[in-house]
Amino acid sequence: MLLIHCPYCEEERPELEFRHAGEAHIARPENIAEISDEEFQRYFFIRANPKGVTFERWRHMHGCGRFFNAARDTVSDRFLMTYMAGEPKPDLGKAGGGAVRSASRKGTPA
Amino acid sequence: MIQPFRLTTGRLDAAEILRFTFDGKSYTGLAGDTLASALLANGVHLVGRSFKYHRPRGILSAGAEEPNALVGIHRDAARKTPNVRATVQELYDGLAAVSQNRWPSLGFDVGGLNNLGAPFFSAGFYYKTFMWPRTAWERLYEPIIRRAAGLGTAPDRPDPDHYSNRFAHCDVLVVGGGAAGLAAALAASETGARVILADEQAVPGGGLRFETGAVIDGKPGWEWAQETAAKLAARDNVRLLTRTTGFGYYAQNMLGLVERLTDHLSAPDVDQPRERLWQVRAKRVVLATGAIERHMVFPGNDRPGIMLASAARAYLNHFGVAVGSKVAVYTADDSAYATAVDLKKRGVEVAAVIDLRPTPRGPHVEESRELGIEVLAGHAVVGTTGRLRVRRIEVAPVYGGASRQIEADALATSSGWTPAVHLFSQSRGKLAFDEETRRFLPGQYVQDALSVGACNGTASLTDAVEEALRAGAKAAKEAGAAKGRSKTVKLDARSPEAWSAGMAGAAPGAEAGKKAMAFVDFQNDVTAKDIRQAVQEGMRSIEHVKRFTTAGMATDQGKTSNLHALTIASEMLGKPVPKVGLTTFRPPYTPVTFGALVGHSRGALFEPTRRTPTHAWAEAQGAVFEDVGQWKRAWYFPQGGEDMHAAVARECLTVRHSAGIFDASTLGKIEIVGPDAARFMELMYTNPWQKLGIGRCRYGIMLREDGFIYDDGVVGRLAEDRFHVTTTTGGAPRVLHHMEDYLQTEFPDLKVWLTSTSEQWATIAVQGPKSRDIIAPLVEGIDLSDEAMPHMSVREGRVCGVPARLFRISFTGERGFEINVPADYGLSVWEAVWAEGQKHGACAYGTETMHVLRAEKGFIIVGQDTDGTVTPDDAGLAWAIGRKKTDFVGIRGLERPDLKAPERRQLVGLKTSDPKTVLEEGAQIVADPNQPVPMKMIGFVTSSYWSENCGRSIALALVEGGRERMGERLYVPMPEDAIEVEVVPMVFFDEKGERTNG
Repeated sequence: MLLIHCPYCEEERPELEFRHAGEAHIARPENIAEISDEEFQRYFFIRANPKGVTFERWRHMHGCGRFFNAARDTVSDRFLMTYMAGEPKPDLGKAGGGAVRSASRKGTPA
Repeated sequence: MIQPFRLTTGRLDAAEILRFTFDGKSYTGLAGDTLASALLANGVHLVGRSFKYHRPRGILSAGAEEPNALVGIHRDAARKTPNVRATVQELYDGLAAVSQNRWPSLGFDVGGLNNLGAPFFSAGFYYKTFMWPRTAWERLYEPIIRRAAGLGTAPDRPDPDHYSNRFAHCDVLVVGGGAAGLAAALAASETGARVILADEQAVPGGGLRFETGAVIDGKPGWEWAQETAAKLAARDNVRLLTRTTGFGYYAQNMLGLVERLTDHLSAPDVDQPRERLWQVRAKRVVLATGAIERHMVFPGNDRPGIMLASAARAYLNHFGVAVGSKVAVYTADDSAYATAVDLKKRGVEVAAVIDLRPTPRGPHVEESRELGIEVLAGHAVVGTTGRLRVRRIEVAPVYGGASRQIEADALATSSGWTPAVHLFSQSRGKLAFDEETRRFLPGQYVQDALSVGACNGTASLTDAVEEALRAGAKAAKEAGAAKGRSKTVKLDARSPEAWSAGMAGAAPGAEAGKKAMAFVDFQNDVTAKDIRQAVQEGMRSIEHVKRFTTAGMATDQGKTSNLHALTIASEMLGKPVPKVGLTTFRPPYTPVTFGALVGHSRGALFEPTRRTPTHAWAEAQGAVFEDVGQWKRAWYFPQGGEDMHAAVARECLTVRHSAGIFDASTLGKIEIVGPDAARFMELMYTNPWQKLGIGRCRYGIMLREDGFIYDDGVVGRLAEDRFHVTTTTGGAPRVLHHMEDYLQTEFPDLKVWLTSTSEQWATIAVQGPKSRDIIAPLVEGIDLSDEAMPHMSVREGRVCGVPARLFRISFTGERGFEINVPADYGLSVWEAVWAEGQKHGACAYGTETMHVLRAEKGFIIVGQDTDGTVTPDDAGLAWAIGRKKTDFVGIRGLERPDLKAPERRQLVGLKTSDPKTVLEEGAQIVADPNQPVPMKMIGFVTSSYWSENCGRSIALALVEGGRERMGERLYVPMPEDAIEVEVVPMVFFDEKGERTNG
């Protein structure tokens, strides 16, 4: 069972409290009714599914209820960081050598 | 005490003699015995028959790695545990054990004929022998193989025991309580760190059980281990868990441990859990899991009486049991000499030490010779004889020469030690092959762990203890637990024994080309020849060799055999061992009971049961309930011995003639509030909401982004900024999740608040022509006239004096109301409504009647008439899409070409040509019943009922191009016959919908 740092609760909590919610940083097109089939395919069906660092969404379902984003290594299952929804995709070059940390403003490294 | 092979009482309690039976025969043992040691004390070696060939098998080991000595332990009719390792099962008074996989008896086993057919059962026989015809698998091959090749019999009753479950956190978790583990725990706990030490044995000490020469801190090793364990147990910051196996190493330093609490007790307290699952989150982990001795792979190496050298030594030194009266030793490393020496010193005749190495040297070899033991260097055991027990061994020089026979009733073998890297590997650490010692050792760590002692390849006791002390202190410090002035623990540890690496693979006599049965994997009956055959037949990766031969796939997971198999494969392939690869170690390290994993989550505690406020009332009325998700819902209310059909028919008629009362409390309810509530509703549902008047309701359809129906429900607008949304019973949590997702991440600027109110409102539906008359006396502050409160409206007021939201809506097609009151008032309001209903001849009705009545009106149930691939148009609900809307979830998905294709399945009604025939839900539909099989299916039945109101059966179905087929005859093929149906509109009753408006 993973321990996940919720950037809103600013706490590490067990995976049981969370629900995975798919790949992060895929914005719904604002003019969605007008986009082409190809654009819709890219938005709705195509996912990166990398071996290595993935950016994904989680929801603290049985806690604060908030959706947030995480960078996780799919090989080691290690969380590189978690951060609030709406924050830009982090540059992991600065995230440091694999330590779990939060990018939240008040957050302290776990 | 008549235990002929008990030389001394060892370290056991001589005063406590325990009685036990094996296959019905009575024996005695001592408190502290394992079943294996007690059997050996009685001279019993034959304990089982092998999996495939039914060969007689004895006890190989003295620990968890045991592949052979699997028995059934029978406590009572319900407590029959199969496949228990006799080497792990502690003896208790009255223990009853039975052998497995033999018929009619262990000594004479008919299945032993398999042994004669050995060539037939060679590697890969599953894949080659039973290919055709396919049906023979089910009827012939599989039942026979299952009966002939097998392990124990599963119990046939529910497990009466209970199991507990605990979560724990600590600074340092030490797995393994041998010398290294104890030293690590000692050093870590000295700093004040919170330490958990888990050991699989009843008493910690590990290899010190048999290693007689060890001296630690000036005391004999075993004595030091007991004192240290007592010292640790007394510390507040240490939790010492014995009989506890660390079986799984999971992400982020979480380990699964299973603690066995009662399997060693004669009469366990019924209130005591049998096992306890520990889920431990450790800041640092110290692995001190030791090493596992390997057997020698030579012809006839599986006869009872042939065992691991360390096991023979443990039985002697710890249990006081001689494994034979004339014991030979066969080895390729030094450690087995200690077995010969210890046996000789206790007065057991040692037939010879056969050593593969041409010039063995060292103190043990010298000591053996000094004691007068014959050492046959450069020799191999090339054969054994004896039907149910080894009687004689054939010994030959490795480099040619005449062989000779040596009488021996036991043979202790050792080809070296395999570090137990299972947990390290499970932690996703990378193993590294050490060319010099030819073994896999922990390489790169992925998690915060350290390995110490034999599992880290550290051979000498001195080095192991020093390494463990350092690791314990380091782990505590890294966990942030070490306080400033804690003293450094130092221990002087010495042992004359140092283990060389030995050899792996086949020994002389079992080389390529020899037909000998030299077993690599005892439990799955895999020989050296099988491994070679796998390579010859084209298996290149060890993963393929493993699956083809099943080596390492038995319940022991190849603890004694994997390195042998790998070495033989690598020799055959002419590739170095690391290039052939190592199969992946996966949890559990040893078998774990389902009970331990499940814990309390069984029966009534498996998942929550949700009951509505009127549950007890319905129960008292004799309602039959059905499970809908976690809910218990009243299904129907039988009266006077009615069956379901009669009850539902009566309920359906009563609702349409007078009225029915129905508990709809399980409907999901979400309160959507805020200045942007209407805008949010526009985005979540296909329908337009901005212009919905206050006090009005609308049937809403929710899509996913792909354009398929996700949920539906009636929504009432209570205020400019407030909507009362209902969802399907099962859909409430996911609909709220879906809404939250969009609100939080796609439309975060909308000022909207979402609240689940499913359990806050009790919902009482009153449906039927008399519904208004029934509720009128109870309602305050609401004008119930059709003009003031038409169909699809909502009002707030009081019912029975309780604040209520009253909906005029109908899922039956009749005039209908749904009274929502706070759940705590649900029962009393229901009872008041019921009392009024009685005056008008109303009935209570359940979910079955609800289903029939809605189907008569062609109202869909999402999840029954839709399956996640149905669009609003498919369901005949295109009218519910706001044509002028520029955005809602699913708007683009609906425009995909496939979703607009004319041949899509559409929801239609079906009438059987014979009105009495009720179709089966899920049945397939074809256009021509006489076409050849496989027929082209053009749809399926989604809902089907007997309708008492229509006087015939009715059905809904998804049919290709269904709306274009009105009046067409189609067919529903069934095993007996094809049923003829006619495609009709979805509404079967009151087509014009006049009744709804009263």
